[in-house]
Amino acid sequence: MDIKDIIKPENLVYKRTELMTDKALSYCPGCGHGTAHNITMEVIEEMGIWEDTIGVAPVGCSVLAYEFMNIDMTQAAHGRAPAVATGIKRVWPDKFVFTYQGDGDLAAIGGNETIHACNRGENIVIIFINNGIYGMTGGQMAPTTLPGMKSSTSPYGRDISTMGHPLKMTELVAQLPGTYFVTRQAVHTPNAVRKAKKAIRKAFEIQKEKKGLAFIEIVSNCNSGWKMEPVDSNNWMVDNMFPYFPLGDIKVNGELVK
Amino acid sequence: MSEIKLMKGNEAIAEAAILAGCDAYFGYPITPQSEVIEYLMVERPEDRTGMIVLQAESEIAAIHMVYGAAGAGKKVMTSSSSPGISLKQEGISYIAAAELPCLIVNVVRGGPGLGTIQPSQADYFQSTKGGGHGDYRLIVLAPASVQEMADFVEDSFKLAFKYRTPVMILSDGVIGQMMEKVIMPEQMPRLTDDEILERYGDWANTGKTKLRERNIITSLNLDSNVQEAHNIKLQAKYSQIEENEVRYEAINCNDAEYIIVAYGSSARVAQKSMAMARAKGIKVGIFRLISLFPFPKKEINALADRVKGFLAVEMSAGQMIEDVRLAVNGKVPAEHYGRYGGVIHSPEEVLASLENKIIGG
Repeated sequence: MDIKDIIKPENLVYKRTELMTDKALSYCPGCGHGTAHNITMEVIEEMGIWEDTIGVAPVGCSVLAYEFMNIDMTQAAHGRAPAVATGIKRVWPDKFVFTYQGDGDLAAIGGNETIHACNRGENIVIIFINNGIYGMTGGQMAPTTLPGMKSSTSPYGRDISTMGHPLKMTELVAQLPGTYFVTRQAVHTPNAVRKAKKAIRKAFEIQKEKKGLAFIEIVSNCNSGWKMEPVDSNNWMVDNMFPYFPLGDIKVNGELVK
Repeated sequence: MSEIKLMKGNEAIAEAAILAGCDAYFGYPITPQSEVIEYLMVERPEDRTGMIVLQAESEIAAIHMVYGAAGAGKKVMTSSSSPGISLKQEGISYIAAAELPCLIVNVVRGGPGLGTIQPSQADYFQSTKGGGHGDYRLIVLAPASVQEMADFVEDSFKLAFKYRTPVMILSDGVIGQMMEKVIMPEQMPRLTDDEILERYGDWANTGKTKLRERNIITSLNLDSNVQEAHNIKLQAKYSQIEENEVRYEAINCNDAEYIIVAYGSSARVAQKSMAMARAKGIKVGIFRLISLFPFPKKEINALADRVKGFLAVEMSAGQMIEDVRLAVNGKVPAEHYGRYGGVIHSPEEVLASLENKIIGG
């Protein structure tokens, strides 16, 4: 049997979202970014809101997100995406606005912009990819690098006595009255992907209802930055990242989950 | 015609922004320009025109809010004073690079560092030579009265959209804080969403419809050849601005033997110095810069053919003088005079400097 006999339109279960461009992703094979991009665009397509959606790309591995997401996008300076999104949303209050940021961008250099956009309750969606390392610049320590974890700027492991603790930005912003929905997800298994996509859908529904800021952390692997094979990196993430950054909803309907 | 009002320069800027149909102001308080945001907050422009006013968490956030909103096709602005403008340089560089229109107001105070809250003109280099990283320019307009604070707002927005580039109103603590009579322009309506789509839909982030390709606001070009081409395009735009947008006021320059080159508050002080000089029989004229970039090179160069010397008067240790000397190109003496660090020179000091450095020299 030829492959053409198997892949028939009537047999297709999933199709590629038209909101992803044909451009080959610049991410390393095995990285979670591609999946996170894909489910974000699927949600926007399924909700039928792409003509009214403006995305904000960060600085970091996903700096070129606008090359892959087939919608209007602004590329923000490092860490400033929540401020840029605030500017867009305030002048186009009926558009859907989201940021897509990594841990260095959102939790280190953009910590202030993140906290204040959350505190103002800007009616935007923030998607936060946390892989515990600076991937783009070549594997330096991030604010979310785990204790003892090696990186090119913590070559003997992160020493929390001099380098500080991994920052739980998601728990931090959940404390602010402006956030309405705060959750931590992952995209390493089909089940996790389904849950993460559901969370992103919920976030955009919240924006539609103008209820406040929805904040989704996606704990992801960085196989090249962690210097592991993709499967090993996912296993390492489950064993090491998840205990420090546990998955699940942190704040739902404006109330902290007990 | 509108009634005559008595207003502070900072208030005039704020009121003129509402009247110009500005869509949003994003700012952070800093002396001596906090009256801009204070006036807007009291005035509730959202009720008058729908204009949004937001106090950001920092000058950095404010300029990036401007970047976002400008990229979405709206007419937006921010204001600050020197230390705050330093913080904004990152965003200004991005806005220039991404070719977005916006208005930035700098009510200059004395520096460097935290400096003083008193007036200064020591941000000339920062404003006219780039300020942030990379090869870019701002259009820089320097008001010398409260009336010009008001008038330059609409002018600046027009220039910003004509060239899709950030425009700066470079004022100082004197013009920002002093009260003068001012006649406000008529209210211009804000553009409707449909008008924005029609005018700026080919580049702005307004949502990708089936009718067009997606619009991307970015300053990133990883391919250095593409980045060079982008730079060449920007430089061509700045050349066009230099060709078309030079603004100045020549006061008593026709019969003048000596020219004081000045802008903003210094040009006001120089008026008195000129009157005192003429009373003594010294033919002094003032070449008042209105556009600092583009700098009136040709005009000053032409003047240099028929006067005996130039005195560049500015509240700085000597910044504008460099552009004056480049324009004069050695034809006649061109010297600098100015008090700085928050001190304003007196008309007598300016005249004495003219007599000592140029006439006697």
